[in-house]
Amino acid sequence: MSVALADRLDDATRDESSLRRFLDGLPGVDQVGLEQRAAGLATRSIKQDAKRWAIDTAISMVDLTTLEGADTRGAVRSLCAKAVRPDPQRPDTPSVAAVCVYPDLAATAVEALTGTDVAVASVATAFPSGRSNRAVKLADTALAVESGAAEVDMVIDRGAFLEGRYGDVYDEIVAVKQACGAAHLKVILETGELATYDNVRKASWLALLAGGDVIKTSTGKVSPAATLPVTHVMLQAVRDYYEATGEPRGVKAAGGIRTTKDAIRYLVAVNEVAGEQWLTPSLFRFGASSLLNDLLLQRRAKQDGHYSGANYLPE
Amino acid sequence: MPVFDYAPAPENREIARVKQYYQPFIGGGFVDGGGEPLKTLNPATGEVLAEVSTVASSDVDSAVTAARKAFERVWSPMPGAERAKYIYRIARLIQERARELAVLESLDNGKPIKESRDADIPTAAAHFFYHAGWADKLDYAGFSTSTAGPPQPLGVAGQVIPWNFPLLMLAWKIAPALATGNTVVLKPAETTPLTALVFAEICQQAELPPGVVNIVPGAGDVGEMLVTHPGIDKVAFTGSTEVGKLIQRQLAGTRTRLTLELGGKAANVVFDDAPLDQAIEGIVNGIFFNQGHVCCAGSRLLVQESVADEVLAKLRARVETLRLGDPLDKNTDIGAINSAEQLAKIRELVASGEDEGAQRWTSSCPVPEKGYFFAPTVFSGVESSMRIAREEIFGPVLSVQTFRTPDEAVTKANTTPYGLSAGVWTEKGSRILWLSNALRAGVVWANTFNRFDPSAPFGGYKESGFGREGGRSGLAAYLKGADDGEV
Repeated sequence: MSVALADRLDDATRDESSLRRFLDGLPGVDQVGLEQRAAGLATRSIKQDAKRWAIDTAISMVDLTTLEGADTRGAVRSLCAKAVRPDPQRPDTPSVAAVCVYPDLAATAVEALTGTDVAVASVATAFPSGRSNRAVKLADTALAVESGAAEVDMVIDRGAFLEGRYGDVYDEIVAVKQACGAAHLKVILETGELATYDNVRKASWLALLAGGDVIKTSTGKVSPAATLPVTHVMLQAVRDYYEATGEPRGVKAAGGIRTTKDAIRYLVAVNEVAGEQWLTPSLFRFGASSLLNDLLLQRRAKQDGHYSGANYLPE
Repeated sequence: MPVFDYAPAPENREIARVKQYYQPFIGGGFVDGGGEPLKTLNPATGEVLAEVSTVASSDVDSAVTAARKAFERVWSPMPGAERAKYIYRIARLIQERARELAVLESLDNGKPIKESRDADIPTAAAHFFYHAGWADKLDYAGFSTSTAGPPQPLGVAGQVIPWNFPLLMLAWKIAPALATGNTVVLKPAETTPLTALVFAEICQQAELPPGVVNIVPGAGDVGEMLVTHPGIDKVAFTGSTEVGKLIQRQLAGTRTRLTLELGGKAANVVFDDAPLDQAIEGIVNGIFFNQGHVCCAGSRLLVQESVADEVLAKLRARVETLRLGDPLDKNTDIGAINSAEQLAKIRELVASGEDEGAQRWTSSCPVPEKGYFFAPTVFSGVESSMRIAREEIFGPVLSVQTFRTPDEAVTKANTTPYGLSAGVWTEKGSRILWLSNALRAGVVWANTFNRFDPSAPFGGYKESGFGREGGRSGLAAYLKGADDGEV
């Protein structure tokens, strides 16, 4: 990336009008070209050792998620057990990256996962719609952090973003980041509500400038959730941000990724759009629930040479 | 060792059902030709793929005679709706045998399987489907006149095609000719004759009347016999400007109609307000698609000064990710150069670029030891006077120049004897419209490159040739009176 961008970055967050100037000055995204490129990369054929490696890597990148009104402590505890040992009969299976729950269940998850490598992520800021005032959102974040969550998944104020109040969105992310303390902040853009790829690019940069450690596609509550082209745009943003600042930031694709085939397509995109250094759970995550079991089934099939029934897997 | 090392995912070469020996297709049957047999190579290994019997002058005579007989007795009197049925059948058979054709094309030509599978073969089938639809609608295509009535076919077409898109170029030539009621004698390129001869099998499978399509393999001498044959009413040639000029000279003063689709040195113009990430993709697709063996390749990148450094940096990073190697591997982006001769030509031009002072950058991708390969290369600091800016390289080599104002972009883009295609990258619609008028090129792509559709006419300005292929305009090249005026 040119020096020009690094210079512009310093200037971008000075005040609201310079922020707007920066975001409006980002190069546009051509929809046809982007979708063509995403579809082209999706035809990569990943076989044998590469596939085995990809399956294990994908498992280690999963944020195993349950975000239902009907969630119970028991359900969260069993999810945590699965997160640590996804396939109990195959102890060589890697653990997932994190368990993602609502803030009131974060303490339960923390208790279940203490002493393991699996992190607890909690959604916050009036997830999923983000429709509340700043005080409530910060209190929500505080609950997550005080319960011991190491990662916080916040939602941006899409209403403010679409109205063009970029300063408000920026300030809110900065405030939440502060409330997070040492916890990692993932900023959910809810790309399904942003309507255009240009907006996805702007929102990505906005979140990166405001200090988001990870930019995340979706809540999973809005359709469409993660798509390959949207993820491409976000991967380009973190790549360009890294080139300009030297700081690596992450991407999380959440919602709608259910099969191993899908997951591998995302890994190929990470590899070829952002670069191979992003192929690590600290810089790329899948937000998913049913994906894990498909990865486990495919993993077994690779080892055994045939498919086994889903009944052998927990949950 | 990369973190994510894609294991080889080769397509099975058995699918191509390569035979040891292929014969010319004349008068509905496969016959031995009187010419010296040629050996066609797999450019990815340099090994012989198959032997092909070539034709002598007497065989060209019998092919033209068979085509004439078929034209007079069967094909031109046949109602358009009946001709359409045959052409539809051919299109469907290409689809049915798509995998076989794709693997065969990649073996014979060296292009990556992902391109033969996803571009060449499906587009070839699409051309037959598209033109089949015209066969019964010619009377209403706008070519009829009050004096001459509905448009009439020309007769026997002699067609000569290049090696870069063997089956697709065949489709571009044969589909409109058949739809308009002409019969054809086609010469495939010397280095890539195989898919044309499988196409001949498809003609048999489709029960196309004997003589409507004839395929006569051979080298340039056979091409010359064919285009100068007195029994030919129309010549259609795609290939180098040099040979195109020769043909035009030979046909001057005869009644033979001629269309030429020749070389190019397309400018791909990137403005500072362009969607840059997609522009990078477009630049890559423009010059590295099919190893750069594309007459309309975007071989000259003109980039606005203010974004030049950024574009070059992104471009190099992107090109570095291109995977060069076995054409049959589904993950290969750049396959083999078609022939030793072409590889030598690319090397010679690249050396001239270095000698003339342009800065060379070449991807560090591993290059196979066997076969003909050339790593993707980008020259910056290129001046319009350098050979790499003026001559068609026909390989994976991009020449980058910068410009300051839109007028300078137009001047630089038009500073070439060629005029086949051009690309414009900008988010500004008015600039696209202005530029597409100002660029002297037959095709101008806006925010995309190398997109082909049977309904879109394709052809050149200046030394890139004349006549159009595809669309309604493409039909005119095969109808009496239709190409005399503006259509």
